[in-house]
Amino acid sequence: MVQFNLPANSKVKKGHYYKDNTGSKNIRKVNVYRWDPSKNENPRIDTYEVDMDNCSSKVLDILNKIKNEIDPSIAYRRSCAHGVCGSCAMNMNGKNGLACTKAHSELEGDIDIYPLPHLKVLKDLIGDLSTLYKQYESVEPWLKTTKKNDKENIQSKEDRAKLDGFYECIMCACCSTSCPSYWWNGEKYLGPAVLLQAYRWIIDSRDEDRKERLKKVADELKLYRCHTILNCTNACPKGLNPAKAIAEIKKMLATA
Amino acid sequence: MSAYKIIDHEYDVVVLGAGGSGLRAAVGLSEAGLKTACVSKVFPTRSHTSAAQGGISAALGNMGEDDWRWHMYDTVKGADWLGDQDSIEYLCKEAPAAVLELEKYGVPFSRTEDGKIYQRPFGGMTKNYGNETVQRTCAAADRTGHAILHTLYGQALKHNTEFFIEYFALDLIMKDGACKGIIAWNLNDGTIHRFRSHITIIATGGYGKVYYSATSAHTCTGDGNAMALRAGLPLQDMEFVQFHPTGIYGHGTLISEGVRGEGGYLVNSKGERFMERYAPNAKDLASRDVVSRSIAVEINEGRGIGKEQDHVHLHIDHLDPKVIDERLPGISEASKLFANVDVTKEPIPVVPTVHYNMGGIPTNYKAEVLTVNGSEKTVPGLMAIGEAACVSVHGANRLGSNSLIDLVVFGRAAAKRAAELVKPGMKHDEIVKSETDRCLERFDSLRNSEGSNPTSELRLSMQKTMQSKCAVFRSEKTLKEGVDEIRKPYDGMDSLSVKDKSLIFNTDLVETLEFDNLIRQAITTMDSAYNRKESRGAHAREDFPKRDDENFMQHTLSWCNGSKTKISYRPVHRSTLTNDVQYFPPQERVY
Repeated sequence: MVQFNLPANSKVKKGHYYKDNTGSKNIRKVNVYRWDPSKNENPRIDTYEVDMDNCSSKVLDILNKIKNEIDPSIAYRRSCAHGVCGSCAMNMNGKNGLACTKAHSELEGDIDIYPLPHLKVLKDLIGDLSTLYKQYESVEPWLKTTKKNDKENIQSKEDRAKLDGFYECIMCACCSTSCPSYWWNGEKYLGPAVLLQAYRWIIDSRDEDRKERLKKVADELKLYRCHTILNCTNACPKGLNPAKAIAEIKKMLATA
Repeated sequence: MSAYKIIDHEYDVVVLGAGGSGLRAAVGLSEAGLKTACVSKVFPTRSHTSAAQGGISAALGNMGEDDWRWHMYDTVKGADWLGDQDSIEYLCKEAPAAVLELEKYGVPFSRTEDGKIYQRPFGGMTKNYGNETVQRTCAAADRTGHAILHTLYGQALKHNTEFFIEYFALDLIMKDGACKGIIAWNLNDGTIHRFRSHITIIATGGYGKVYYSATSAHTCTGDGNAMALRAGLPLQDMEFVQFHPTGIYGHGTLISEGVRGEGGYLVNSKGERFMERYAPNAKDLASRDVVSRSIAVEINEGRGIGKEQDHVHLHIDHLDPKVIDERLPGISEASKLFANVDVTKEPIPVVPTVHYNMGGIPTNYKAEVLTVNGSEKTVPGLMAIGEAACVSVHGANRLGSNSLIDLVVFGRAAAKRAAELVKPGMKHDEIVKSETDRCLERFDSLRNSEGSNPTSELRLSMQKTMQSKCAVFRSEKTLKEGVDEIRKPYDGMDSLSVKDKSLIFNTDLVETLEFDNLIRQAITTMDSAYNRKESRGAHAREDFPKRDDENFMQHTLSWCNGSKTKISYRPVHRSTLTNDVQYFPPQERVY
């Protein structure tokens, strides 16, 4: 039988251990994935002892504390710090989420922080989302209408309500990077985040391009690689349901 | 400096920043056929526009009679007569068309029963020149900024705008007082990029992170403002920092004014609706500076809530849960996450929190940057829009929902003006090498800092000083101490420590460059505040409680070289743009 091994340079090694120097009695061990592209070294797991008596409630607060007080070299994206910009998406104790909204009290034991799974890592916790962004462009996320007048489009409250649960997506990529089908076919399968965005425009009553939009995604790889695993819906930190959006697209195609 | 690999680009226009104003400008420029680059340190939809909640103002009249002139009066009064009325006229007159355009781009606005854009009441927005509340603020639930930002990014994609994402801008390239482009650092691969352009549009947002507690994102570091200072240009009205009345206590997360627009109200420890005392007519919907001061007085006089008596409560538990669900879903989510409060049953603990910078790079209503050299002059090749700019439409205090409209109206104006000034394919001027050298010397010296002061410590010291010495209420004593203390973290840069020396996603260095940007703005803010010896809008001096139109109805200009500032003043524009409306002379400001 053929033996498969990971390439030697991809094996994650044990890294530095940063011992607490505050004398705190309330210490938590935080293990963080580290990889620096400018050094010819394997990825490693650094462990930080963090004084939880002086740390706010979210995982992002832990990372900021490490960066500010222990190790300024640690790299991660962060911006709004309240779950609207989608920058700090990462994998915490095995589950994708936003570090700024995830309470560390909800995580058991030592805390393991990794980049979003199955992305090319650019540095430490920063993953390469360029493929996902290109896929987002491919669904042409803008309103298509031929109407030309000075007034607004009229949209009933009921039609507007159909966008609820979809327009709120912040493109953090927690869903797509939790999807085994996207891990396997990420170049061709659009994945839950982008399909949810596609659906948001398909069902907008103001849009005149529904048929074309449906046709464009009706593809064995782009759409039908979804095998209703539902990791996406489980992962969404905004409580959205990408699996439902995908199912609705499939249903529209089946009944069209 | 030859060690740095420099990649050159030529564009008709470079837009720096990809939030609401930067994207709106980029769309207009691309539409006009100009070769446009949009450079941003974060992916566009991560910009702080995404955090705007309540809405975008425009006198559409969907919910009853309205008139852009009433909107203009409210804005002039909200600004405590420090706004330039020609710019304010332009803003309010153009606002309805700008919102309808956003709707056509695809923004998922909430709707009225007859399918029009839903509008809600907001602080300071009134009917018939200050008479009763009007519903003027167009909303997409309480996620209006998010909805607008994502839609504008889609439009930019539609128009094939070229993006340079996760590029950190370092400095402007100046020649003979004109801007010729920018230099930026590509975080993805560590290369340095020199963009030559006929026009550079700064759209880098505010600098809320000079304070310890702010609703601002970590990335709100006013990078463009600092670039202007380093280029020898002044910033305007930096003392005017808006404290939003309702940031979540202890965390700073924004709770939209839309909450009070939908019927929410504030109470103190005695259970009093105290705003009735401070603003008998507008009550909880007085403008933000008034509400923030009222809360501060309640707390100072011992009527705050909690163990430390240091916050107040915001109630919406009396509202129909269906209304909360439909119109304020994001607020429910944030209150649960950051205050552990179920808003249908309990009040939200809130406290005034730094939120917005009225000050910034001075411009005219066409978004052209101004400087003063004897008289008011434009800076060729340079524009500024959005929170980075000081047009000045917000004057001494911005009204809620006037920021989103500022973004799109002046984003559009900048694109229009650039299209008049630049013809596609125009030849680029030669640039001088010394500008690149100067920029990379600063970059290289910060990168190789081997001292003992970590950036995070200097930043914390700056933030704590701003928080304690330049707060809601200010006085000669606090500001004088502030003027001295705020220079300590600047001096601390003499022995700065940067541990990471790499060039790819070196966030240690990014934060250091951001601190270098922040501290200059902190210094100009403190010095501008010290020198304004009156109370106006968001600038409340305990020792000068009255507005002084005779001496201070003028814009502060502050230049900053190292930690030395030069303060001077320029008159407020006291005329309108056209005869469609008359100038509103100063009055006493009561709500």
